[in-house]
Amino acid sequence: MATATKTKTQSKKDTAKKFDKETYLTWFESMLMMRRFEEKSGQLYGQQKIRGFCHLYIGQEACAAGAVSALERGDKYITAYRDHAHPLALGSDPGRIMAELYGKETGLSRGKGGSMHIFDKENNFVGGHGIVGGQIPLGTGLAFAEKYNKTGKLCICYLGDGAVRQGSFHESLNLAMTWKLPVIFVIENNGYAMGTSVQRTSNVTELYKLGEAFDIPSEPVDGMSVEAVHESVSRAAERARKGEGATLLEFRTYRYKGHSMSDPAKYRTKDEVEEYKRKDPIEQVRETILAKKYATEEELLNIDKKIKKTVEESVAFAEQSEFPPVEQAMEDIYAQSDYPFIVD
Amino acid sequence: MRTIQFREALREAMSEEMRRDKSVYLMGEEVAEYNGAYKVSQGMLEEFGPDRIIDTPIAELGFTGLGIGSAMNGLRPIIEFMTFNFSLVAIDQIINSAAKMLYMSGGQYNVPIVFRGATGNAGMLSAQHSQNFENWYANTPGLKVLIPSNPYDAKGLLKSAIRDDDPVIFMESEVMYGEKGEVPEEEYLIPIGVADVKREGKDVTIVSFGKIIKVALEAARELEKEGISAEVIDLRTVRPIDYAAIVNSVKKTNRLVIVEEAWPLAAISSEITYHVQKNAFDYLDAPIQRVNSLDAPLPYAPNLIDVILPSVKRTVESVKSVTYR
Ligand SMILES: Cc1ncc(C[n+]2csc(CCOP(=O)(O)OP(=O)(O)O)c2C)c(N)n1
Ligand SMILES: [Mg+2]
Repeated sequence: MATATKTKTQSKKDTAKKFDKETYLTWFESMLMMRRFEEKSGQLYGQQKIRGFCHLYIGQEACAAGAVSALERGDKYITAYRDHAHPLALGSDPGRIMAELYGKETGLSRGKGGSMHIFDKENNFVGGHGIVGGQIPLGTGLAFAEKYNKTGKLCICYLGDGAVRQGSFHESLNLAMTWKLPVIFVIENNGYAMGTSVQRTSNVTELYKLGEAFDIPSEPVDGMSVEAVHESVSRAAERARKGEGATLLEFRTYRYKGHSMSDPAKYRTKDEVEEYKRKDPIEQVRETILAKKYATEEELLNIDKKIKKTVEESVAFAEQSEFPPVEQAMEDIYAQSDYPFIVD
Repeated sequence: MRTIQFREALREAMSEEMRRDKSVYLMGEEVAEYNGAYKVSQGMLEEFGPDRIIDTPIAELGFTGLGIGSAMNGLRPIIEFMTFNFSLVAIDQIINSAAKMLYMSGGQYNVPIVFRGATGNAGMLSAQHSQNFENWYANTPGLKVLIPSNPYDAKGLLKSAIRDDDPVIFMESEVMYGEKGEVPEEEYLIPIGVADVKREGKDVTIVSFGKIIKVALEAARELEKEGISAEVIDLRTVRPIDYAAIVNSVKKTNRLVIVEEAWPLAAISSEITYHVQKNAFDYLDAPIQRVNSLDAPLPYAPNLIDVILPSVKRTVESVKSVTYR
């Protein structure tokens, strides 16, 4: 992906000193949790334990972890179908996410959403949406409600590089900035929409520039650097909370795996993938932790072991859970409890 | 009793609910400063201010999705479409977001929202401005679809729609906004999903809804002159449909004609026909007839419009055929 090399990143040395030991260890644990969970999901998909469409987040972990560390509890998160990692970062129970991937009753969406529709209201994760670009006006509306009720909270709305070509993106940016809504639009630019590179979909490939048409403060961000993500989200959140409206952030990132489990990703070169793996967000944090002696190799290994155990437990929980009782097919269609469904 | 216009009845419903509940707001094109394209929201900006009566750019997809998102986050929006023809630009959000959210989230996020505006033909507006999509929306589980035919029903149903915890499609008509009807001063609500007998009769049941019910009522008056007594049922809600009201009437009259403005394929009339043949077959003395628009777009030329829309003449003929007269 050519665009990533052009990213104006802040120098790592500037930012690293701003964050303390606890923050680094939280990032490390959070991102490693996502990585191990997704690796496991991939395996389980291969074993047909997980079915349907399944999109993995591997490589993009900093985009979620750096935002969660920068925002407040009560801020709303919404994204597309690549949605296992955000709720993990927000503190959702991994067992309930895995159970959802299994289609089990104990899943966060009671087995009705599956991989693409994880929702966790308790942890302010508002889905999990399968129509490319569909979540963008919804996220704008979540922010509208925060402003209407003067809560001081905001919404961070994630979308892909493919989704920026939808009308919903442009309409939402316009509404959000005209009405100064507390929303942060995050483009996770991983270079591709399925097999179509950003360069093949428009003359405008520096995606943050799309915000300029609406006078939205916009910036490109190194999405492989959790520090850079955190800092850009902090700045955007400050603006949002001061009533200055929306921000558009373009996180330049990469997905190591195919678009979904069925995609061998033949449209890109091995070199390209390797280039990004050298900038791996988790490795970067690991190096900083070791260099600053925030933890020893062994301590980090123990964290990894603990995470692997949590993932195994989540699988066991999903395995042991039941599929939803058949009556569930006709429940949660209406809030009204006695809706008269057609029975032929 | 006092009489007020259809548009005033709608305005009263919205204003009363907005006074009652701060989370209700109105959003759409020209609803605020212009006082509504059809003056439904006249004066509301003055009373409720620009934070609750909100003019949008022409961006149906955007503001529809925004409304839904806000409904998932504690508000109760009323989204006005200038007409439902333009809702097609936003139908993705209505079907894929509003109607699915509660289910996909396993019961976590309901969407208390009303989408309202004009539907159907409204004079010589040609093909893109004269369409009926109530059967499209009614096809989708998760939505409720209301289509009142007079000011009294409009007010009572809209208030219920605003208080409802599910997404409601509420369809009006440009040609009805100025019509007057009796509406009491006191507050009242009309439950969603309950049909209303607009005229009692014993020889044939005519089921209809929305403004085209006037064709049915006029046909009933014509038929009376010829000694045929028609019962006219106003569905008022097409999702859910009050099947019991239809079946009970058919058990009495043994004959059914359905008058509907939409196109015939997969229409509300098809659905009712299925239901009645299945559940009241033994009570039918004749095949069910329907009077829909012809299977064609609505053109501009008035004589062609007359041919295509359900008419009193076609309705009378259908009734005569089911009564073997
Ligand atoms: C409206 C719509 N069109 C097409 C699809 C099929 N589809 C699913 S994901 C996808 C690519 C989206 O890419 P991007 O926005 O970059 O997100 P990423 O998968 O890279 O996270 C496509 C075309 C869809 N789900 N919705
Ligand atoms: Mg992409």
